[in-house]
Amino acid sequence: MDIMLILCIAFAIVFVLLAPFVGAIISGIDRKVTAKMQGRVGPKILQPIYDVLKLLGKESATVNPAQDFFVLLYLIFVVIAGIIFFSGLDFLLCVLIITLASLFLIIAAYSSRSPFAELGAQREILQVMCYEPMILIMAVGLFMANGAFNIYDLFNAQLPIIVYLPLIFIGFIFVLTIKVRKSPFDISMSHHAHQELVRGVTTEISGRSLAYIEISHWYETVLFLGWVAMFFIFCNPLVSAILCVASVIVVYFLEILIDNNFARVKWQSMLKYSWIVALLFGGVNILVLMVL
Amino acid sequence: MLDLTALYSISFLIFFPIVVALILLFVKNDKARKYIVGPASAIIIAAALFLSITFLPSTNAQNFYVTIDKSIAELINYICLFIDILLVAYIVFRCIKSKKFFVLILAILQLILVVWFELFVAPSIEVEFNLYIDTLSIIMALIIAIIGCGICVYALGYMHDFAAHSTCKDRSSTFFAIMFAFLGAMFAIVFSNNLSWMFCAWEITTVCSFALIGYTRTQEAVNNSFKALLYNIIGGMCFAIALVWSAYAFGVLELDSFVVTVASLSTEASYLSYIPLMLLAIAGFTKAAQFPFQNWLLGAMVAPTPTSALLHSSTMVKAGVFLLIKLSPCFGFNLSGYFVMLIGGVTFVFAAFCAISQSNSKRVLAYSTVSNLGLIVACCGVGTSAAIWAAIFLLVFHAAAKSLLFLCVGTAEHHIGSRDIEDMDLLFDRMPMLSRFMSIGILGMFIAPFGMLVSKWAALVSFVQTEDIIIIILLVFGSAATFMFWAKLLGKMMASANNFNETLEKSIHNSEWVALCLMVFLTVGLCIAFPLISSGAVVPYVSNIFNEGSDFIGAGMHWFLALLSFVIALIFLAYTPKTKNKKIQPVYMSGIGINSQERSFINSLSGETKATQRNWYMDNIFPEKKTSLAGIIVSIALIFSLGFFAIITTSQVVEDYRVLAVASSAYHENDWKSLEIDQATFVSSYILVNQKYEESPESFDSTYGSSDVNSYFSDTYNKYAQSQTSTASNQTSDTTTTNDSSATNSTSQNPTSNEGGE
Repeated sequence: MDIMLILCIAFAIVFVLLAPFVGAIISGIDRKVTAKMQGRVGPKILQPIYDVLKLLGKESATVNPAQDFFVLLYLIFVVIAGIIFFSGLDFLLCVLIITLASLFLIIAAYSSRSPFAELGAQREILQVMCYEPMILIMAVGLFMANGAFNIYDLFNAQLPIIVYLPLIFIGFIFVLTIKVRKSPFDISMSHHAHQELVRGVTTEISGRSLAYIEISHWYETVLFLGWVAMFFIFCNPLVSAILCVASVIVVYFLEILIDNNFARVKWQSMLKYSWIVALLFGGVNILVLMVL
Repeated sequence: MLDLTALYSISFLIFFPIVVALILLFVKNDKARKYIVGPASAIIIAAALFLSITFLPSTNAQNFYVTIDKSIAELINYICLFIDILLVAYIVFRCIKSKKFFVLILAILQLILVVWFELFVAPSIEVEFNLYIDTLSIIMALIIAIIGCGICVYALGYMHDFAAHSTCKDRSSTFFAIMFAFLGAMFAIVFSNNLSWMFCAWEITTVCSFALIGYTRTQEAVNNSFKALLYNIIGGMCFAIALVWSAYAFGVLELDSFVVTVASLSTEASYLSYIPLMLLAIAGFTKAAQFPFQNWLLGAMVAPTPTSALLHSSTMVKAGVFLLIKLSPCFGFNLSGYFVMLIGGVTFVFAAFCAISQSNSKRVLAYSTVSNLGLIVACCGVGTSAAIWAAIFLLVFHAAAKSLLFLCVGTAEHHIGSRDIEDMDLLFDRMPMLSRFMSIGILGMFIAPFGMLVSKWAALVSFVQTEDIIIIILLVFGSAATFMFWAKLLGKMMASANNFNETLEKSIHNSEWVALCLMVFLTVGLCIAFPLISSGAVVPYVSNIFNEGSDFIGAGMHWFLALLSFVIALIFLAYTPKTKNKKIQPVYMSGIGINSQERSFINSLSGETKATQRNWYMDNIFPEKKTSLAGIIVSIALIFSLGFFAIITTSQVVEDYRVLAVASSAYHENDWKSLEIDQATFVSSYILVNQKYEESPESFDSTYGSSDVNSYFSDTYNKYAQSQTSTASNQTSDTTTTNDSSATNSTSQNPTSNEGGE
C-alpha cells in the first residue's frame, strides 16, 4: 500500500468520526452567534448534541416506515459524499452523490404523504435546480484550474484555485446559502415556523429519524465548508491551512449574518437570482479562464 | 469462412424479421400470434448474440468488411430502387387519400432525385464493401434485437388490452407486421456501408413509423403521422442531396470511406465537406427529433405505447444518432461540428425546460428522450474520443431505461386508466412492483451512480476540453432542469399510505411481465456491466477511430459506481416497509387526521375536509408553447445562419481550388488552355494528388516534381500564373512575383498530414 492510499483512508476515517462533532459545535456556535445578534443569551454551545441524544432515545413512531428508511439512506449517502471529498477523490463524484442524497430526502418527504412535506419536497427539488448549475460550473472551474477533478492534486498546485476562480467563489457563496438552508433561501424546511409550510420536508419526521436528519445536517455543513476551504489549498501546507481555517470562519460568519438580515424570498426570486448568478459569475469566470 | 458467416448472419438479421412480418400480416388470431412472436423474438435475439460473440474480438481490432459478389450487389441496388419507388407509391396513395399535397410533392421530388441518382450517377461509382460489421454496429444490433424484440413481446399482452379499450378497428396483425419490418430495416441501417442501401432502409423506417403512428386512424393520429412523415421526408431529402454531393465531390458512396476521406481532408479542402456533412446531420436531426424537428416525436404519443417505446428506445431516433456517431470523426472543431454541437445543446436545454411543465407522463418521457438525444448529438458534434465514448454509453443506457419507462407507463395506463402524473398518486401502494420498476427506470435516467449520469459526467469532461463556454452553460442548466422533472415524477409515485391491499397488478399479462423484467434486468445489468462494456467494446471502438483512447473515468471508479448502482437498484427492488415494531400515526393536516390515503381530516368546525396537493408544473416560468417556440426559433436561426456561412465558405474555397486544381491538372496534362473544368473533376484531382502523396511521400517527388503537395500546388500555380503572363504579353514580371507570394500564402496553411479540420 502506498502512502497516498493510507492518507486517503486516514482522512476518510477522521471525517466519519469527527465531522458530526465539528458540525454540532459549528451549529452550537451558529445558534449562539445568532442569539447575540438578536440580543438574546442563546443556548449552550453543546445544545445541538443534547437535542440529538434526546431524539435518539424517543419512542419510534412514524406515519410511514418507508419514510424512515429513506431518511437513513439520506444520511448514508451524505456520509459517502463526505468520504469521497475528504479522502481527496473526485469532486464531481462528490457533487453527484450529494445530489443523490438530496433525492433520498425528497423521496422521504414525498413518501410520508403529508401535504406539508410534499410541498417542502417540491421546494427542495426547486432548490436543487437552483444550486445545481453553479455547483457544476464550480466543478468545471476546478477542472480547468486544477487539470483534474481530484482534490489531492490541489496540494501540488503553485497557487490556490481562488486565484483563478474568484467569481466562481462568490457565486458558490451565494448558492451555499441555499445548501446550508439559511434565510433568505430556507424555503423547503425552515428552522422557523411558517404557516404554509409547517416544517416542510421534515414535518412528519420525528424521533430517531429526526436525529438522523440533524446528524446529516452536521455532516453536510462540514462537507460544504470543506468545499469553501478547497479554494485555498496549495503546495504550502502551513499557509493553506491558515487560509482554509480563516476562509471557513469568515464564510460561515457571513452566512449567519445573511441569515439574520434577510427575510425569506419567494421561490421565483430564488430561481431567478441563483441562475443569474450562475450565468454571470460562473459563465464570466469560465470564459476568462478559457481566453487565458 | 468468417466472411461467409458474416454475410449469412447479417442477411439473416435483416431478412428474418421481414419474413416474420409477412407471416404476421396474415395471422389474425391472438393465440397463434403469440406462438410466432415469442419464438421469432428469441431467434432474433439469439442471432444478434451469435453475431456479437463471433465478431466482437475481430471488430475490436478493425472493421470487418463483407464482400458481396458484384452481380448480386447490383441486383440489390435495383431492389433498393424498387423499394424506394414502392414506398413513395404508398406515401402518394396515403397523401391523396388524406389530401396532404405538400408531403406528396416532397415525396415525389425526392423520388425523382433518387431514381436519377441510382440510374445515372451511382453505377459509375465503385463500391468495394457494401456491408460491414464494426463494434458500434454490434452494439446497435444488440439494442435493436434485445430491446426491440422485448417490446414486441410486450405488445402481445398490451395490444390485447388495447383492442378491448379502444374504439378503433383491431388491426393488430398489421401492427405486429410493421413492428418486425421496422426491426429488419434497423438492422439494414446499422450494417450497410453502401450509402444508397442505408438510404433505402432509412426510408423504410420513415414509412414504418408513419404507419405505426397513424395506427388508430383517428383524425389526430392521422395528422400526427403526416407531421412525422413530413419532417422525416425533409430529412430524407437532405440525406439524398448529401448522397449526390458526396458522389460528385468525393466520388464515394461508402459510409466509412466517406468518413475517412472527409476526416483526412486538409483544413481548406475540408470546407468542401461542410455542406454534405450538415445535410447528413439534418437527416440525423429529423430522425433523432432534434429541435426544430422535435414535434413529430411528441405527436407520436397518440400511437399505442409499444410504438412509442420502439421509436424512443431502439429504433427510429437511434438511427439518427447512429448516423451522427458514425460521422463524428468528421465533426470536431470545424463549422459542421459546431453546428451539430449547438443544435444538440440547444435541444438538450429546451426539451428539458419543456418537460418541467408537463403533467402527461408520456410527454415527460418524450421530452426527456428529445433532451437526452440532444446531449448525444452534442457529443457527436464535439467529436473527440471522450465525447464519442460518452455518446455511445448515453445511447445504450437511454435505450434500456427509456423502453422500461414506456412499458411501465403503458401498463399503468391500462390499469389506472390515465397517463397523467397526478393520477399516479399512490402508485406505490396500488401497483407495488410496477412502481418499483418505474422508479428504477427513472433513477437510471437521471441520477448517479447509474450509467446514464456517469456518461453525462464524461460528456461534461469532453465539453470542458473543447473550451467552448456555450455548450458547458447549456449542459449545466439542462442538467438542473432534468433533475426537476424527474424528481417530482419519482416523488409522486413513491408516496405511500401503507395500504397494499388493493393491488391492481394481478391482471397484468405474463408477456408484459416478461418484457418488463427483461428491461429492468437490462437497465440494472448494463450499469453493473458498465466497466466491462467500456473496456471490452467501447474503448476499442473509440481507439480504432481516434488512435487514442483509455477509460475516461478510471477503472477503479467504474467498479465503485457499478457496485453502488447495484446496491441502490437492489434497495429499490427488494425493500418492503416493515410496519411491525413501529407505531403508525396519522399524517398531520392542520386538524385531526382521519385517513392518510384520502388526505382527509377533521377541521376546526368538526367537519371533514380533504387536503389536495398537486405537483409543481411552473407553467408561468417554463410555458411549454413559448419555450418550445423559442427553441425552434434558435435552432432554425442556427441552421440557416451556419448553413449560409457554409455555402459562402464553400463557394469561396471552390473558387480558390478551382484555380489551383485547374492549374495543376493543366500542368499535368501539359495543356494550359483547358481552363474549363467541372467541380467534380477539380475536387477529385485535388484529392487524388493528396492521396498519391499520402500513399508514398517518397516517390511523390519523382512523379510530380515537387517535394510535397503544398509546394506542388504552389509551383503549379506559379507556372500557371507565368503562363498567364506570357499569354497576356503586356503584364510585367512584377505581377508574377505578387502572384507568387499570394499563392504561397493561400496554400501555406495547408497541412497535408492525416488530420481532421482544426
